[in-house]
Amino acid sequence: MTEPVIVASGLHKRFGANEVLRGVSLTAQQGEVVAIIGASGSGKSTLLRCIPLLEVPDEGEIVIGGEALAMVERRGRRVPADARQLGRMRSTLGFVFQSFNLWPHRTVLGNVIEAPVHVQGRPRAECVAEAEALLAKVGLADKRDAWPAELSGGQQQRAAIARALAMRPRALLFDEPTSALDPELVGEVLQVIHALADEGRTMLIVTHEMGFAAEVASRAIFLDAGVIAEEGPSRQIFAAPETERCRAFVRRHMERHGRR
Amino acid sequence: MDELDFLGNTLLQLLSGVPLTIELTVGSVAIGAVLALLLTLLRAGSRIGALFVSAFVFVFRGTPLLLQIFLIYYGLGQFAAIRASVFWPFLREPWCCAILSLALNTAAYESEILRGGFASVPAGAIEAGRACGMSRLLLLRRIILPLAIRQALPAYGNELIAMVKATSLASLITLMEVTGIAYAIISQTYRAIEVFLCAGIIYLALNFALTRGVAAMEAWLGPSVRRA
Repeated sequence: MTEPVIVASGLHKRFGANEVLRGVSLTAQQGEVVAIIGASGSGKSTLLRCIPLLEVPDEGEIVIGGEALAMVERRGRRVPADARQLGRMRSTLGFVFQSFNLWPHRTVLGNVIEAPVHVQGRPRAECVAEAEALLAKVGLADKRDAWPAELSGGQQQRAAIARALAMRPRALLFDEPTSALDPELVGEVLQVIHALADEGRTMLIVTHEMGFAAEVASRAIFLDAGVIAEEGPSRQIFAAPETERCRAFVRRHMERHGRR
Repeated sequence: MDELDFLGNTLLQLLSGVPLTIELTVGSVAIGAVLALLLTLLRAGSRIGALFVSAFVFVFRGTPLLLQIFLIYYGLGQFAAIRASVFWPFLREPWCCAILSLALNTAAYESEILRGGFASVPAGAIEAGRACGMSRLLLLRRIILPLAIRQALPAYGNELIAMVKATSLASLITLMEVTGIAYAIISQTYRAIEVFLCAGIIYLALNFALTRGVAAMEAWLGPSVRRA
């Protein structure tokens, strides 16, 4: 059996007195699309942010492509131990934020080639050609020279997806990619993510879009109060959950989705 | 005709003070910028550092620049220890005293401007940089500094303009920059209005060029964060 792309095991994360993650483990195999669902405050965004150490878990291990991320205790706080390793590992993961987080002082093209050129040190011409292809893929070929502020939310998020793809990542991590969007713009972003899933990319998606998650995910994880309350193939989680909490959550969200 | 000749001559004489005016501005702004960056880092570094920086800013922003120039030029020489130190050859030169006091003064203002610039960098832009594997230095160079500088630039432009005008105070410690030359011409001719008008035109021209320079730099650094 091949090495899983991402393995997180026994993650704990506290913010002050609030323990957001209480021992969560997760594995993503090559080509797997894992949906992470759960109520607000259940810890799903924190879980996702722990993987590239945007939050450093208080306990637990993270292994990406077979290599464990080094962490060390310093003055009572756990911090990344090896900045170089961290940079290298982060550049193999594409992270897509809820609020896009494009760099406002660079054009769309500038945003997409920034990391390949300056972090990965690849030749600029090659990166530009690849960026143009990626922008065409997310439907933004004509926006390459636009500033982020000139784009709609949906366009910004698609540009952010192109930026994540430009690093040729092993896996894509989506943190509620459509939660900051106007309802009429959600579809265009989901369509792009759907196309990526069809390509067989490894993806972790934190989302409230249950209908979409059911359609695109091969596996789903239901987080409740910092622990995994239920996980399994997505047809089980979304169609016939075993636990009452998960059933209630999915039903509530499917209804809301239907009404929209 | 005589009148025009006089104005032309005055303008030419005043122009000979422009290099010194520019020297004082560039020298003090350059030193001031380095000091301001150090002050900003010191402020972020520790509580004691922050306290020192607030005190520095409080004193240099809260007292007249002319007073600071006088204190450094006339005041420091009263201390035997300073007269005996290696700095004395510099500190007895009016040119050095002018640049030192202008630099200390502008450093206080610029450190505040810089602080505002850093505070305005969106957290999300920094996080996106970290997420794609940027090192601290790369993040500072490619994301944080361009955004902070871009955001601070309009206020910084104001400070530069204020500094060009502030150099006129150096005339009061014997430096013959534009205003100093204007005083000298007036004491010979008693034609205050014409001479000061000519001096005013020169300051306007300098600041016009400066304003265009800052605007060009704003355009080069991209649109402001506020629009995002």
